[in-house]
Amino acid sequence: MAVTSFPIEKIRADFPILQETIRNKPLVYLDNAASCQKPNLVIDAISNCYRHDYANIHRGVHTLSVRSTDQFEKAREKVREFINAASNKEIIFVRGATEAVNLIAQTFGKANIKAGDEIVITAMEHHSNIVPWQMLCEETGAVLKVAPMNTVGEIIYPEFEALLSTKTKLVAVVHMSNALGTINPVKQMIDAAHALNIPVLLDGAQAIPHMPVDVQELNCDFYVFSGHKLYGPSGVGVLYGKQALLEAMPPYQGGGDMIKTVSFEKSTYAGLPHKFEAGTPAIAEVIGLGAAIDYLNGIGMAAIAEYEAELLSYATEQAQQIKGLNLIGEAKQKGAILSFTLDRIHPHDIGTMLDSLGIAIRAGHHCAMPVMEFYGVPATARASFAMYNTKAEIDVLIEGIKSLIEVFG
Amino acid sequence: MFEDLRDLYQEVIFDHNRNPRNFRIIEDADRKVEGFNPLCGDRLTLFLKMDGDLITDASFQGSGCAISTASVSLMTEIIKDKTEAEAEALFKTFHEMTTGKNEDIQLEAVGKLAVLAGVRDYPARVKCATLAWHTLDAALKNEQNSISTE
Repeated sequence: MAVTSFPIEKIRADFPILQETIRNKPLVYLDNAASCQKPNLVIDAISNCYRHDYANIHRGVHTLSVRSTDQFEKAREKVREFINAASNKEIIFVRGATEAVNLIAQTFGKANIKAGDEIVITAMEHHSNIVPWQMLCEETGAVLKVAPMNTVGEIIYPEFEALLSTKTKLVAVVHMSNALGTINPVKQMIDAAHALNIPVLLDGAQAIPHMPVDVQELNCDFYVFSGHKLYGPSGVGVLYGKQALLEAMPPYQGGGDMIKTVSFEKSTYAGLPHKFEAGTPAIAEVIGLGAAIDYLNGIGMAAIAEYEAELLSYATEQAQQIKGLNLIGEAKQKGAILSFTLDRIHPHDIGTMLDSLGIAIRAGHHCAMPVMEFYGVPATARASFAMYNTKAEIDVLIEGIKSLIEVFG
Repeated sequence: MFEDLRDLYQEVIFDHNRNPRNFRIIEDADRKVEGFNPLCGDRLTLFLKMDGDLITDASFQGSGCAISTASVSLMTEIIKDKTEAEAEALFKTFHEMTTGKNEDIQLEAVGKLAVLAGVRDYPARVKCATLAWHTLDAALKNEQNSISTE
C-alpha cells in the first residue's frame, strides 16, 4: 500500500485524546513505546461491556454471564487469529507481558531448568525479560548468559549462536527493543535454537503494534505481549505458548476458574487455557483488547508497518541534521523508535522542555539499564511513533529540539 | 518559546548547569556519600570537609539534569561555613519549599536557593532538586552508604 493512501486523518479522528491540548499546545504524543492511546472502538467496547453486558464469566447461567463469557472468548479467538496461533488453547490472558514472562519462569522454568543449566538472553532486553530469569537462576542455580550487541544496537549473531549448547534450556529474546528500536533476526535465532532442541520465548511487547506477527511462521515456543501497547487497555496481556509445552507445564496460580475438581485431599486442574487463568480475569479489558485487534485489522498491520517505516526514516533524516544530537540505536532492521541524547543537555531537561511545547516523549533508562550502561549514558530521550503520528508532528519535535538547544546555549 | 518554563529554568540554573561550582574531589574529605535517583539515572558524590560540627568545605562529582546539577552546585556554596544544625535547618526549609508543603515560606530564608522554588509546580522534577539535599542529610548523619531517592 502506498503511504499516500494510508488513512491517517481518519485514524487520528478515531483517537479522541489526540484532540487534547497540553499547556495550550496541540498534543504531540510520541511516547507510544511506553503505552499507546486508545481509539473510540476500544473505549466504547469497554464502556458498552459495563453498561450492557457485564457479569462474571464462565460460571453463571444467567444471560449477562453468558454474554460476557461469549465476548471474552471471542476476544481470545481474535487474538489467536491476529498472531495466527494454531488453537485458542494456546492463548492465555495475563496482566501483561511482564506477568507472562514471570509465568513462564515460574512454571516452565521451575519444571525444566536446574542447577548448571543456562538461559540465554540478549544485551538489549527490557528489565521484564532479565529480572524473572535472574530470580529463577538464584532459586535454581542456573546461569544467565547474555548475547552481546554491537555499537549500532544489533545482536552479534555469531556470538549468540556460540552461547547455545546442550546446557541451554531456554532462549528468551526481545523481538523489538524498546530502548533502541532494533528488530532482532528472531527467525534465524529460533531456527538455531531449535537445531539444539532449545525452546524460544519472544518478548513481543514492543513488536506487536508495529508489524504482522505469525507465531507459526516464526515457530517460536512462547510469545508474550501487553494489551496497552497494542492500542488496547492496560491490565491485560497475552501469553502464547505451543500447546504441548503449555500442557506439560504446572499451573501458575491456584484458585477459581483454573480447576476441574477441588476437594480438601486433592484438586485437579482445568484444561487449557483455563489452567493458567486463576481467578476473575480482566473481563472488560480483554474485550477491549479484542476491539483493538478489530481496529488494527481494519487498517492492516502491513500497511501500518509501511507507514511507520516512512515516519522513522523521515524522523531519522531530520534528527541527523541537528548538531549535537546523538542517535542511540541505529540498527538496519529497526522499528519506529528514535532514542537520542543531546550534548550537555540531560534527557530529563529535554523531556520537560518538550512537554512545555505539548510534546510527550520518554526520558530515562526505559527499563533497560544495561543498554544505558552499554552506551555509557545515564538515560536517553526517546520519541516513539505510532500509526497515528504524522510528519508534521515530527517537524514540531525537531523544531522543539532545535529551540531547546538554543535556550540551553 | 518555553515562556511557561521561566519559573523552572531561571538563568541562574542555566549558569550553574554550564559552570557547576565546587565540581571537584576533596581528597581528604571527612564525609563522602553517593546519591542516586534511579528514576532518571542522576548520580552524584558529595564530599564534606568538617571542623567539629562546622562544614568548612563541600564539593561534588557526578552527572545529572540541569535542575539537579544547579541544586547541588548551589548547595555546596551555601552550606560552606555553616554548622551541621544550620545545614539541617536549610534542608528542612528547602524541602518544604520544593515540595510545596509550606506555602508561606519566606524565600529570603533560603537565599539563592529560591531559584529552585519553581520545581514545586513540576512534581516529576522535585526529586531532581532534592537529591543533593537528601545526600547531604545522609552525610550529616554520617551514613556511609549511598542513598537513593526511591
